[in-house]
Amino acid sequence: MTLEATLLIAAAIFAVGLYGAISQQVVVMVMMGLELMINAVILAGAGFWWFLAPDPTGQVLLMLVIAAMTLEMAMGFAVATLLHRRSETDMTDMATELKE
Amino acid sequence: MSVVADVAFWVLGVLAVLAGAAVFVVDSMARATYALAVSFVAVGLQVLFLQQTYVGVVVILMMVMEMAIMAVYMVMFMGMNPALMPMSMVHDKRLALAAAIGTFLVLAAGVLLVDWPARRGSPPPDATRALGEALMGHKMLVMTVISPVMVATIVAGVVLASARTRYDRYGDDLRGAPDDPQPGGVGR
Repeated sequence: MTLEATLLIAAAIFAVGLYGAISQQVVVMVMMGLELMINAVILAGAGFWWFLAPDPTGQVLLMLVIAAMTLEMAMGFAVATLLHRRSETDMTDMATELKE
Repeated sequence: MSVVADVAFWVLGVLAVLAGAAVFVVDSMARATYALAVSFVAVGLQVLFLQQTYVGVVVILMMVMEMAIMAVYMVMFMGMNPALMPMSMVHDKRLALAAAIGTFLVLAAGVLLVDWPARRGSPPPDATRALGEALMGHKMLVMTVISPVMVATIVAGVVLASARTRYDRYGDDLRGAPDDPQPGGVGR
């Protein structure tokens, strides 16, 4: 168990999440991709904390990342609800109001 | 760290990556949700291996709850039968794949090429206690900033998700008779 191994695993999870966030059409699936990416950041942060600087500041930073993940989830579900109510869809391709 | 812990850490890492990939490969949203939960729990266990007990447990509990909420959303938006049926709803698959592989290669190169410094200091005997003391002490500003942001998120979430607010009923100036599809009250 090394810092490099931890970061490589985190990089792989981040890349998988990025693929999902770009490629998926359903809003909830896009959110799943984003959450995978944030989860990778949490793992990388935990690795940095343990292997480089194990003081409380690193843990506080991780709490901040977890809070960001919670906010993303809450706002994502609210937007998905609004989208479904207004457009009867849960697909990102159908939500083109801003583009127009 | 013992060899057993090393092996367990790697197994959890591979499981987290494969389960994460399965989210976008399996042919139903229900299976995707389960796969994501497995990935999150594996990462949470890895965080526990890195001696961050509190953060690891929070990640696992939060993700299990989030998957339960996602199950509710599947019922709301897709119905349970469509959620269990095969589906493939993707766009720009090649671009996304290229971006993901490119990102991984860049990150992996950085991980392997950087000369990481040695550990500075030693971990506290009780990391959870140290975190609590930091949050209640010299890092309290972080939580006091997060708190209003969370309140704002709650308000924004309710506003976005509300079907009919008082502005829909009374108009932008909140005056006049309510525009209700069915008049309420007792007719006085």
